[in-house]
Amino acid sequence: MIDSKVPKGPLSEKWKNYKDHQKLVNPANKRRLDVIVVGTGLAGASAAATLSELGFNVYNFCIQDSPRRAHSIAAQGGINAAKNYQNDGDSVYRLFYDTIKGGDYRAREANVYRLAEVSNAIIDQCVAQGVPFAREYGGLLDNRSFGGAQVSRTFYARGQTGQQLLLGAYSALSRQIGLGKVKIFTRHEMLDVVTIEGRARGIIARNLVTGKLERFSAHAVVIATGGYVNTFFLSTNAMGSNGSAAWQCYKKGALFANPCYVQIHPTCIPVHGEFQSKLTLMSESLRNDGRIWVPKKLEDAKAIRGGRLKPTDIKEEDRDYYLERRYPAFGNLVPRDVASRAAKERCDAGYGVGNTGLAVYLDFAEAINRLGLKVVEARYGNLFQMYEKIVDENPYETPMMIFPALHYSMGGLWVDYELMTSVPGLFAIGEVNFSDHGANRLGASALMQGLADGYFVLPYTIQNYLADQIQVPRFSTDAPEFSEAEARIKERIERLMNINGKRSVDSIHKELGLIMWDQVGMGRTEAGLKSAVEKLKTLKEEFWRNVRIPGGADRLNTELEKALRLADFLEIGELMARDALNRGESCGGHFREEHQTAEGEALRHDGDFSYVSCWRYTGEDKEPEHMREELDYEYIVRQQRNYKN
Amino acid sequence: MWLLNSSVGRKVVMSLSGVFLILFLLFHLAMNITAVFSAEAYNMICELLGSNWYALLGTAVLAGGFGVHMVMALWLTWQNLQARGSSRYAVSDRPKNVSWSSQNMFVIGLVVCGFLLLHFAQFWYHMMFAELIGYHEVEVGGKMIGTTDGASFINYYFSHLWVVIAYLIWYVALWLHLTHGLWSALQTVGLSNRIWINRWKVITYVVATLICGGFGFVTLFFYIKSLLS
Amino acid sequence: MDKDINIKLKVWRQRGPKERGHFESYSLKGISQGSSFLEMLDVLNEQLVSEGKEPITFDHDCREGICGMCSLYINGHPHGPDTEITTCQLHMRKFEDGAEITVEPWRSAGFPVIRDLMVDRYAYDKIIQAGGFVSVNTGGVPDANAIPIPKRDAEEAMDAAACIGCGACAAACKNGSAMLFVSAKVSQLSLLPQGKVEAARRAQAMIAKMDELGFGNCTNTRACEAECPKGVSISHIARLNREFIKANLAD
Repeated sequence: MIDSKVPKGPLSEKWKNYKDHQKLVNPANKRRLDVIVVGTGLAGASAAATLSELGFNVYNFCIQDSPRRAHSIAAQGGINAAKNYQNDGDSVYRLFYDTIKGGDYRAREANVYRLAEVSNAIIDQCVAQGVPFAREYGGLLDNRSFGGAQVSRTFYARGQTGQQLLLGAYSALSRQIGLGKVKIFTRHEMLDVVTIEGRARGIIARNLVTGKLERFSAHAVVIATGGYVNTFFLSTNAMGSNGSAAWQCYKKGALFANPCYVQIHPTCIPVHGEFQSKLTLMSESLRNDGRIWVPKKLEDAKAIRGGRLKPTDIKEEDRDYYLERRYPAFGNLVPRDVASRAAKERCDAGYGVGNTGLAVYLDFAEAINRLGLKVVEARYGNLFQMYEKIVDENPYETPMMIFPALHYSMGGLWVDYELMTSVPGLFAIGEVNFSDHGANRLGASALMQGLADGYFVLPYTIQNYLADQIQVPRFSTDAPEFSEAEARIKERIERLMNINGKRSVDSIHKELGLIMWDQVGMGRTEAGLKSAVEKLKTLKEEFWRNVRIPGGADRLNTELEKALRLADFLEIGELMARDALNRGESCGGHFREEHQTAEGEALRHDGDFSYVSCWRYTGEDKEPEHMREELDYEYIVRQQRNYKN
Repeated sequence: MWLLNSSVGRKVVMSLSGVFLILFLLFHLAMNITAVFSAEAYNMICELLGSNWYALLGTAVLAGGFGVHMVMALWLTWQNLQARGSSRYAVSDRPKNVSWSSQNMFVIGLVVCGFLLLHFAQFWYHMMFAELIGYHEVEVGGKMIGTTDGASFINYYFSHLWVVIAYLIWYVALWLHLTHGLWSALQTVGLSNRIWINRWKVITYVVATLICGGFGFVTLFFYIKSLLS
Repeated sequence: MDKDINIKLKVWRQRGPKERGHFESYSLKGISQGSSFLEMLDVLNEQLVSEGKEPITFDHDCREGICGMCSLYINGHPHGPDTEITTCQLHMRKFEDGAEITVEPWRSAGFPVIRDLMVDRYAYDKIIQAGGFVSVNTGGVPDANAIPIPKRDAEEAMDAAACIGCGACAAACKNGSAMLFVSAKVSQLSLLPQGKVEAARRAQAMIAKMDELGFGNCTNTRACEAECPKGVSISHIARLNREFIKANLAD
């Protein structure tokens, strides 16, 4: 039986009641408690800084050379909050409702309501830190619209909102580091979580510069290491983004929830060639003013692919603005999953453009006419510049080409209302947990969730756990549990180094990515998923038999780092496929081709699948155990998502 | 003392001493221009700036300012070399908008100093210094010239082609030094922003050209005069 | 139109911080001009791994020009011969067929080499830790709209805040000065009312830390500004100087 520990009481009172009655730790005791935070993104940095401000000793880890480089920095568009500064009818409830609906009714109501509730405090906090949000001439904050909402509730700092929010959290973290209250370990990668008597009590991390394995103990461990969509090799995630920390937690008994829910972002720059290493996102905010279309006639699409026609040659009446056509109410601002699938549908039907046929147009001609070049430049200048540098085409003159790409994982470590995993003392915050986005995340909500967890939720809920730990003295890292964990990692590394096969890590990773994209991507079928599970097993064998890692393990070795991550991606991919197979419905980012309406929309089966899919590790190469957390919707009536009218 | 203990402080000292020296150059230029119009007036100034206590004090302050500028230049350059580290780039390329002189201020400064020694040997040594140690006349080029008869010194030296060429080279070096120095000094003391940086640059080029062009004009004027006489 | 090109690379190899480095030459054939510079290095590394050799170590992460992780001094320029981009945004169409490309690490006393092209830039974090923040704890802050901020100030603060901390400024500077980096943070926060309160203390603390870490003295060559991938202007350095002088005169 899975207990989500959602507090009793009416929805809007739950969080308040929780805070009023939870256990707290007094200041003198906080000094005696250590917390490990793994990751320095929005969630990790904000949590580490806040916990330290409260008085806990914090050990903070990141794989990059500086905590400021976590991948949250790449978020472009903005952050949602229910401030209703625009007087357009926004409210906490509406943000809550939009998020639940956007997640296709597969998120936990209480968590999402709390998220909407604390969203306003985040904006206040960031402004107080000196985050330079966009402002109106009157000096007040500006907003823009994002997909899945009919109000303007997104705060932004040009196209670099994630950067500015992360630098805000980073500055708060830096302040604590400077005060000596947070100890930061950069270029350190967590390779295992150590449990003692069933509780998380520390981690083993590899110093990426020296290659040494190091042990760290604490009273609680917080995982904030982001998502796992680099399983697909090509994604908008950073090259270093990985699912390994979460995967080690899973192997230590933490449940993994909804692994099949991954988000495919509709507006990315299309793939250009076989050497492509990653995909670049173009902010969703572009859909505020850009119009998405493909040619109406097949022969036009063919001519464009063949280079005989330019997009600007296609007459207005020969263009198919398919999102505006199919979803008149939301138009180009439908949620990401809907927009991505619609693009795929057009391309599959042969209307795709670009030399590969795997692209659609995002056109600003109408916006430039309506608003003038200056306004468009002020709004999107840096994105246009970025596009031009990559594609070598001027988006002011010719429409951009975009195509969906892997972007975010809604699934992740299962957590209860307190953000604790099923392992006591092990918490998961930000993208690495599964909690708030259901089957699909709305734009500008990831930043909101990361900061909500880190600033305003975990610092409360973790005390409810730590209050019982004040009698527990600090642990020695000489405990047998630490030695065993370290020995296991050593053995794993040695095994990898000794394979001495023929294939590079990347070549196997690319193969994994292709299997995932073809069979566990935007359109999934039972047969495809079954075959993917088999293929992934074979590929895993191939990896452990034939990978080649030059150099040594006792020093900086980037190939070894990649190999360790890939070993986990191979297993994550398999679990994703299993989960997708289990979920015999379509919802949000998970689209099973067998389950769609006559119009090609996602078809949920609420009676059968209204649960959180939880997976429990049962051992190497054994089938994981499937468990359910039932989702009881008390406040929202589930409907088929409708963005048409 | 923050002016010496911090990098910005040291740069402020460098800037202020530099601006002070520029003000002196402007004064010196005004003096030289006088010589073009009237040898008598010029000599009057020379007399005024002889070995009087106020002139000596002024000279001492000037030398002090110059000394500070030099010492700071040595100090900052040494520190900057340390900060650069022991390994050098194999390939380096100066970006557009980065002036050559801005990256070679120390070397240009050395060149300016070198010619300054020549200038001292020819003028200051025979004028103020001679007067200080008790002479009222010195022998220059076989003639006896009064130590306050600046006009005669000018006429004598600037009739030699090599001296003229040497001085012209000096002015070019000085120009290069000033075209970076002045706006950079103002930037360092914080008197700049996105708009003013360009204005200061224009002003800097005007001032540098005025000073060096003015000196050049006086030098050539006397050279041509010597050719015609 | 993008085509495939052949190139020669001269790459700095150095096994560790204390070991001597040297250049090694490599030839690459059929590199698409549409690929990025780092993808070209991926191809080279793939080739090296297939020969059983250790690949070239370089820092990189987001590959979209925002994390500030990538570095590389390419043909005499930090982030290569293009303006306002990072190395990861540099594309091979900037190079001709047959080009010879020299790739070096950042060279500055403040950024010691860790391995090959990877350097240690933690000094920049230390400078931020000394004062690059607003001293507010989480919670208990006023409403975000309580203090209106003129759009112009917010925009200029944003210009400064665009800094990605990549280190190109110090790498480009012949004086090894970190002033552009420091000034960007000081300027951003002193332009905003929230940061104004401790502007004086911040400027002093950050300059002191910068000096302590052995960065050089700024001589306004403007190389930092020219090479900055985010176009951060040296007008921020003037503001930093102003704040610093004001703070010290007030003491």
